[in-house]
Parts: sequence; C-alpha cells; structure tokens
Amino acid sequence: MHIIDSGNTAAANGVKLARAEVIAAYPITPQTPLTEKLSEFVDGGEMDAQYIPVESEHSALAVCIAASSAGARAFTATSANGLLYMSEQVHWAAGARLPIVMCVVNRGIGAPWTVWNDHQDAISQRDSGWIQIYCCDHQQIIDTVIQAFKLAETVSIPVMVCYDGYILSHTYMPFEIPDKGRVDAFLPRISPEYRLDPENPVNLNTVTLPDIRLDIHGKTAPGYMEIRHNLHTDLRSSISVVEEIDAGFKKNFGRGGNPLIEPYRCDDAEFVAICLGSLSYQLRLAVDKLRNDGIPVGVAGIRLYRPFPDQAVREAFSSKKRLIVIEKALSYGNQGALCGDIRAALYAATGSRPDISNYIIGIGGREIQTNMLVDLLEKACTGTEKPGTEAEWIGLRM
Amino acid sequence: MDKKQADKKREFARFISKSEPGPGDGGRTGSWRVARPVIDLEKCIPAKKGRPACFKCWAFCPDGVVTKTVPPEIDYEYCKGCGICASECPVCAITMMAETDFAKKKAG
Repeated sequence: MHIIDSGNTAAANGVKLARAEVIAAYPITPQTPLTEKLSEFVDGGEMDAQYIPVESEHSALAVCIAASSAGARAFTATSANGLLYMSEQVHWAAGARLPIVMCVVNRGIGAPWTVWNDHQDAISQRDSGWIQIYCCDHQQIIDTVIQAFKLAETVSIPVMVCYDGYILSHTYMPFEIPDKGRVDAFLPRISPEYRLDPENPVNLNTVTLPDIRLDIHGKTAPGYMEIRHNLHTDLRSSISVVEEIDAGFKKNFGRGGNPLIEPYRCDDAEFVAICLGSLSYQLRLAVDKLRNDGIPVGVAGIRLYRPFPDQAVREAFSSKKRLIVIEKALSYGNQGALCGDIRAALYAATGSRPDISNYIIGIGGREIQTNMLVDLLEKACTGTEKPGTEAEWIGLRM
Repeated sequence: MDKKQADKKREFARFISKSEPGPGDGGRTGSWRVARPVIDLEKCIPAKKGRPACFKCWAFCPDGVVTKTVPPEIDYEYCKGCGICASECPVCAITMMAETDFAKKKAG
C-alpha cells in the first residue's frame, strides 16, 4: 500500500510491521511524532506490544535493555540531547549484545540549544559499538527499520537507524508500506542468543575481571577484553550480513541494492561528493546541473557508517581524482568524522589515492540551498590547487 | 529458523559476560580480603550442639562460600571478607581478623 506521510510515520509503520513487543521512549523534538504514532498503534490495538512511558531517555533504553535481556523484541527512538542522556545505556546495550533497534532522528546538540538538524548526535555515539545506518528518504526509513531488526537479531548487536530531523522526519513523501504477510516471512522471530530464564538463573554483565577465569563448571570463561574483542570482530563480520539481508529484502520487496554505499552517477565520475543522510539526495540535483555543464562528478551516500565499510570505500573511490566529503558533524578540534574515516580507509589503498577536501555544512539547521552545493562542487571539481587539510565551513554568514 | 540460519547465528556473540551462582564465578576473590572471618567453635551453635542448626552465616553469605555443615566452613579462596557473616551471627561466634594480623600470627 502506498501512502503519503511523514518520515516519522514511515518509521512507526516499520516498527509495527516488525512486531516490536516492547516500546519505551521519551518524547523529544523531532522524534516525538514517531513515538506518538507508536503509542496510538498500541492503544488502538493495532500492535500487540507493551508501550512503557518513562521519565527519561536513560530509562527508555534501560527498559529496552531489560526487555531485550528477557527475549523481547525492543524498540526506542530519540534525538540529540536525549541520545546523550541515554549514552551510558547506549554503550551498555552494545556490550551486552542486545538486539535493540533505535531510531535516531538527527538533530544538533546543545549548547546553545537547537532543535534543528545536523548529525552531531549520532556521530557522538559512533564508537559505542552499535551499528549505524543512515537513511535518505521515507522509503529507506521504513525498509531500513524492518531490516534493522533482522540484522540486530542475526548478529546480536543493537542497530541505530538514523534519519534527518525535519528534512525527513516532518516532511511528507509517498512511500510503500510493505505487505504484512511478506514482512512476517522475511522477519521471523529469532530466538535470542541468550535470555533471562527463571529456571536457570544467571548474572549478566556483572563485574568482569581483566583476565580470563574458570566458571563454576571449570570451563574457561572470557575476560572483559575477550568479550570486547568479540564485539569488534562481530561488528566487522556484520558488513557482509548487512549485504545479505539487503539482498534478501530486495528479492522479497524489490527495493535496495546499495546497503553500504549508495552511488549516483559515480561510474565514470572523476570527482565524487560523499556524505551521510538525505544530503546525498539533494546533492544529486547539484550533480545533474554540473553534469549538464560537462563536469564528471557523482555523489555517494554512505548508508552503513558503523561498522565502517572501508573495503567498499577503497573499491569505490581509490581510482577517483578528488573526493569532496561534505558533513553535518565533525570531530571538534580535528576534521569531519566521516572525512577522517574516508582518509583512513584510503590511506590503506594500494596504488593511487584521490585528493580529499572536507566541508562542514548545515550545522544546527543552517539552510543548505542547492545552489550552494552547486558552487561548492564546481569549485572543488575545477580548482587546480591541492585541497588543504583543514575542513572548510560552508554557509557561515559572519 | 532453518539450519543455515542457525549455523550463522552461532558464529556471533561467542563471548558474553554470563555467570552462574556459585563460589568463584567472579574469579579468586579471596585476594580482595583485608580481614578474614574466623569462627569460634566454642560459641558456634551447630558446632556446640553437634547437629545442623542456625546456619545464618551460610544463609547470609552473598558469595556462597560458607558451607551448611557441622561445623560450618569458610572457603578463603573466594571469601571477600565482607563481614556480613560476623554481623549476622546471633552468638558473635565470628570475628573479623585483619589479614596482616593473620599473616603475622601464621609467621609465628
């Protein structure tokens, strides 16, 4: 069924189709309509789930951690300072290997207070051990939410589904709601790797010693470092699982095909703009304009940000002339976080490496006009000087 | 879940932090101890009566290192020296002895 509605409604329909059993969330702009829609679904009997109102985001994720530990399919959503407030539990959920799915409706971080879009919230949780996927439109939001549950439950790692506040969360667009029966078949209930069982009481994630130890059965039990190494290696192995799940989704629903990097007019491009989220679709307009002027430029949206698809980055971009990394977040005091990752991936490339220039744009919702992107790309593609190492801020007015 | 999926699933989350009730599951925690509980068998109720009785030390030990035997025994390999048994003993049969004093006494 095709409907025209908001990105938050698309996400809520994805959660409903995924048959989440426990939902706990605290409202925060611009995520609020998503959780309101879910509470409507539960209250109206359209979803057989427990909707647990909480007094904070820290509690929201704590509830999901408890529910997931007991074997329930759990969902939460937040934005900006809400994500920061739950940060301790964000790291905990990953370390505990719980297959929770969370939508992060991207918004800038205070101070100063802002409710508008950038990516600093999700980027700040980049190293928490969660999988992070960025969406570019409403169809990707609903499709990604459904796949996120399958992914999380396959690899026992929580998944953040990130999409731009307002630009996607509050705008209306047509999208298809997949058929319920087909989603049920695509996303069966997977029995969790472990869960709390009153018949066999266990302690989960208590103080874990630096060294390995013998458990009460005399078997070698892992220390903290083994457990954390296992999380890392499983994250690395998740890249191929993301591809497999996307292929399965495409077979069933006809959409997808670029789960790691979504390229547009990149095949013969000498210059490629790279970014996260809906900006990549806006950049397509600028690319089309410059292509008409004969400039061989393309754009690629990074969809899977953690684990970072460094091999795919090398394959896609190492032969390009110049990469233009445009970001709505940065590692303060250094450079754009994505640019740092792209540079690191390409440093390991054999043979040629492209020049890389880094631009920071749209921080705290500063408007990004397409003609700004055209100017930026045109300068970056036609400039003869080597790009500097400093990130350039675009759209500053003072 | 078909078999292929099951095999795939098993490759992930090979290591998690899980422990079961029992002595020693947190490691050799006896080394944490700064004072050790010492039972005076002249006062200990089951020891005096020569039959199973009381066992409050066994019941209250948070680490399960006191045996429910006559007399009760403490596993110093894992006892952290929290002192709960000494606090709970109704006849004050358990005293907490500083490990430094114990070491001096042992050395003679």
